[in-house]
Order: sequence, then C-alpha cells, then structure tokens
Amino acid sequence: MADNDKAFLTINNIEVIYDHVILVLKGVSLEVPKGGIVALLGANGAGKSTTLKAISNLLGAERGDVTKGSIEYKGEQVHNLNPADLVKRGIVQVMEGRHCFEHLSIEENLLTGAYTRSDGRKAISDDMKLVYDYFPRLYERRSSQAGYTSGGEQQMCAIGRALMARPDMILLDEPSMGLAPQLVEEIFEIVRKLNQNEGVSILLAEQNTNIALRYSDYGYIMENGRVVMEGNAGELGENEDVKEFYLGISTEGRKSFRDVKHYRRRKRWLT
Amino acid sequence: MRIEQDVLKILLAALLLMAAIPWTAGKLSSDIFFEWPFFFEVAIGGLLAGVMYSLVALGFVLIFKASGVFNFSQGAMVLFSALTLVGLNELGVPIWLAIVFTLAIMVVLAVVIERVVLRPLVNQEHIILFMATIGITYFLDGFGQTLWGSEVKLLDLGIPNSPGLYFGGQILINDFDLVAALIAGILVISLAFFFQYTRIGRALRAVADDHQAALSIGIPLKHIWVIVWAVAGIVALVAGIMWGSKLGVQFSLALIALKALPVLILGGFTSVPGAIIGGLIIGAGEKLAEVFIAPMIGGGIEDWFAYMLALAFLVFRPQGLFGEKIIERV
Repeated sequence: MADNDKAFLTINNIEVIYDHVILVLKGVSLEVPKGGIVALLGANGAGKSTTLKAISNLLGAERGDVTKGSIEYKGEQVHNLNPADLVKRGIVQVMEGRHCFEHLSIEENLLTGAYTRSDGRKAISDDMKLVYDYFPRLYERRSSQAGYTSGGEQQMCAIGRALMARPDMILLDEPSMGLAPQLVEEIFEIVRKLNQNEGVSILLAEQNTNIALRYSDYGYIMENGRVVMEGNAGELGENEDVKEFYLGISTEGRKSFRDVKHYRRRKRWLT
Repeated sequence: MRIEQDVLKILLAALLLMAAIPWTAGKLSSDIFFEWPFFFEVAIGGLLAGVMYSLVALGFVLIFKASGVFNFSQGAMVLFSALTLVGLNELGVPIWLAIVFTLAIMVVLAVVIERVVLRPLVNQEHIILFMATIGITYFLDGFGQTLWGSEVKLLDLGIPNSPGLYFGGQILINDFDLVAALIAGILVISLAFFFQYTRIGRALRAVADDHQAALSIGIPLKHIWVIVWAVAGIVALVAGIMWGSKLGVQFSLALIALKALPVLILGGFTSVPGAIIGGLIIGAGEKLAEVFIAPMIGGGIEDWFAYMLALAFLVFRPQGLFGEKIIERV
C-alpha cells in the first residue's frame, strides 16, 4: 500500500497450520505503515485472530505454526522470535476477550505489563500515570481485583497493560467484543488518541466493520483465511459489496426480512 | 472482606470444637484423662507437628499456583534433597557447605525438569502433566537411592531435640518442634512477601491466572517455571532437613507428601497462608482426636482423621479456607 513511506510491519504470503493438519491461513499478505491504524475485517473464523497471533507468535501456545511466508518488522525477520522477544522489540498483542489477570488488582495488572522493561521504576511509574490519564476509570478502580470489574474496564485494563510495555505497535483483537455501543465508541476514541499522541501503530481485528472503518486509515477484508479485498477505509466503506455484506446497507434501501435470505448480489470476489 | 469473616468463623468453630469435644468426653467417660494443661500440651504438640505438614504442602502450593499442575513429585523432592544433603555430608563436606550444594542441585534439577519434562508437554492437558510428575516421582525416588543408598541415615544439624517444660513447668514441648515452627514461619513470611511485592512474584501470580495473557505481554513462561520449580525445590530441602532430622533420612520421607493432601484441601491449593493454617488445623486436630476421642471409639483415628476432615471440606468449601475463589461475574 503506502509506497511513499517504508512499511513498519509487512506480512508476506503466510500460511498457518494448526495441529499439523488444519490449514487456517492460506497466504495472507498485509502491511502496516508507521503510525497507521489498519483494520482487519471479516466474519467469525475468517482468520483475523490467527493473523494477529501469527505476528505476536502466540500461535505456538495453541499448537499452530507459520509454515510459509515471512513476517518483517522494522526491516527485520521476526517470525521465529518468541513472544517475550517480540514484546521487547515493541509488538504487543491485546488478546480477544480481554484476558486480564483476574486475581490481580488493576494496578498489578498494569505493572505486569512492564515485565520486560528494564528502564527503572521511575519510567514505569511515569507510564502508569500516562495510562491513568488515558483511562481515568482505571485509576478509580486501581485497587479492585480485575476479575470483579466490568467488561469495559477489563478491556481498558488490557489495553493499558499492553501500553505499559511501551510498544510501537499494538495488535488489537476485537476490542468491541461484548461491550455496549457507547463504550465501544469510547474505547475507539482512546485508541485513536493513543495513535495520534503516542505514535503507536495499530493493527486492529474487528467484526464491527462500521466502527472499525471509521477509526482506521486502511482496511483488509478476510474470508476463509485469505485477504479478499483491501483499500483505504473510506473507499472500502463506499464499496457496494462491503456495504451489502458487512455493513448491512444495500442500494435498494432497507430490505424486508422476507428477502434477506436470498441475496440478490453475489460476492464478486468469489468465482 | 466477606471471605475473611467466613474464615474467621470457621477457625473459631474449629477451635471451639477442638476444646469442647475432649472436654465433654473427659466429663462423660472415665477412660479419658482430661486436664487443661494436658489438653494444651497435646494441642501445642499437634500444632507444631502441623507446621511440619505445612512445609511439605507449601511446595505443592507454589507449583500449583504458578502452573496449575499438581506436582505429585513434591514428596520425592523432599526425599531426594534430604538424601543428597546427608550423602554429601557423609562424603566429608561440612554440613553448611552441603546445604549450599544441595540448594544448587535443587535449582539444577528444576532447570532439567523444565527442559526435559515440562517443555515438550507445554499446552497439554493438566492430567498429562500430572502423570508426568508421577514419572518424576519414581525417577527421583529411585535415582536418589541409587546414588546415596537406601539405608536409614541420621541427619543431625545440632538442633536441640530435648523436651523442655514451658508455662511454669506445666506443659512439655519439644524444642526441636519450636525451631521447626520458627523456620517454617520465616520461610512463609518471605515467600508471601516474594509473591506479593516483587516483580517476579507478580509475574508468577499472573501466569497462574492466565498463561496466554502472560505470554502476550512478554512474560517468558519457561523462566517462570524454572523459578517456581527451583523455589519448590528449596522448600523441599527445608522440609527434608526438618523431617529428616526428626525421622531419619529414609524412604518414608517421600510418603509424608500424602499427609500434605488434606492440608492442601483444607487450606486451598492456591494459598501460601492456607497451607500453613491447614497444616496447623490438621496437626492439632489429629493429635487431639487421637488422645481424646479415639479411646471412646476404640482408638487409632490419627491416621485417617485428616482425610475425613478434608472430605468434609470438599463438600462445604471446595476451594479451601484461603483458596482463590473462582470469580464469576453475573
């Protein structure tokens, strides 16, 4: 995509196989420019999370393996590094379903995020203040056990915890999952602010196409382990296929439920 | 707060029961000798014996907390460390140096176990890891005895082992038990501090909560596992020293692990203080029951009393006194 400026993260034609037999990603390529927000869109099982886990190398913990292709970050091959090394190099994943440490307090959760850092207590506590600035709600709940906080607070905690590692790139997996629309909006606002103020690049996997396209610069649409379409967020939002299949708007206006089942349109990318 | 209140109530109830049953038994039956100083003597002896159970239970808790694996081989580690210590000592290494060497060996053992057993089995079911630890148990039992011989050995650290009279000469307490309790106390306080306030301790608790999330923020699981196994090995050595000086270093040391099971069920598999309180209750309960209740029903309940108590706990409070509550949001 961005030919003017050197890509920050480049994925080249990767294949992922789970358990030595199940081919999940069938050649995915994508790029994230420095300081960009890129959305990875698609339905359940399209391979969005797998793509993110291939980058952060959390696949190993799920018996998955990148068998083909390459992943390049800051001009360096990273596909054989373990997750801890990747975090040290600045890529952190915020996993789908939040995954806070339930029995630790919010503050302790944030502190674990700084595990890989060795730049001293002062820097870490400064960053903690920064996180509390972005998420004032976390400051209020800092001493509660994370398991007892609300879904939105847990999502904030997970993002805040990732920030504590001082990343250059956050892989954000489905931040809208199970949250009220208003809260989703709030979280995306903060993500945008982080991107603008801290210069963190973001690769976002999201099912909520509408909101994801509004907050990102560029988007990839995945189906069945392949990228079937890509483009600037604005263009994608205008595309008739995307409108029909992902945004639920069609040229004929609202449809009656009777018609919903027989699609008039065929997905043009399928042959 | 509510959890603490519950625990307090249970503790109080346990204490009252422990006092009330022998007392009424003493009143009702002429077979039983009951006097308050004697009661306290039995209770204190039991509590101090309980501390020794706690020492073994602690090792289980550490590994279970950090990896969700029930490490069946904790007892074998106790035996192995004690054998190594005595063996080195017999080779002419002074005892304090031998302790340092044994510590180092337990750390190396942790590294080897992680490499050879845990790493290839990563992400397998817990039951598979559990079975692997059974394998480690038999290996350590056998290897330790092949290396150092299987006859009963004496371990003498110069800890006073004579009964002394306390509280105005009314109550007889073994000095050795007091030292053991003191050492266990120091160990527990430092472990609790380590878990609560250090970076590594926090990471250990994080791993216990959620492996994947811990990985995702860059906590290297392999290091964490080596650390917990090493700490568990050190705890095993302390338990091995205490039990070994009490009973002599022999194969039966590996079996005291079985006594740690009810302690764990009582205290909760995930709680360091729980292992201590659980040990105290089991220790005191066992001795009191043996002395004051057993004569009424024909004797010999010391061996199974602990398991009965554990069973009752499984029914009413499966997470134990201090175990982490399974958090469910509604």
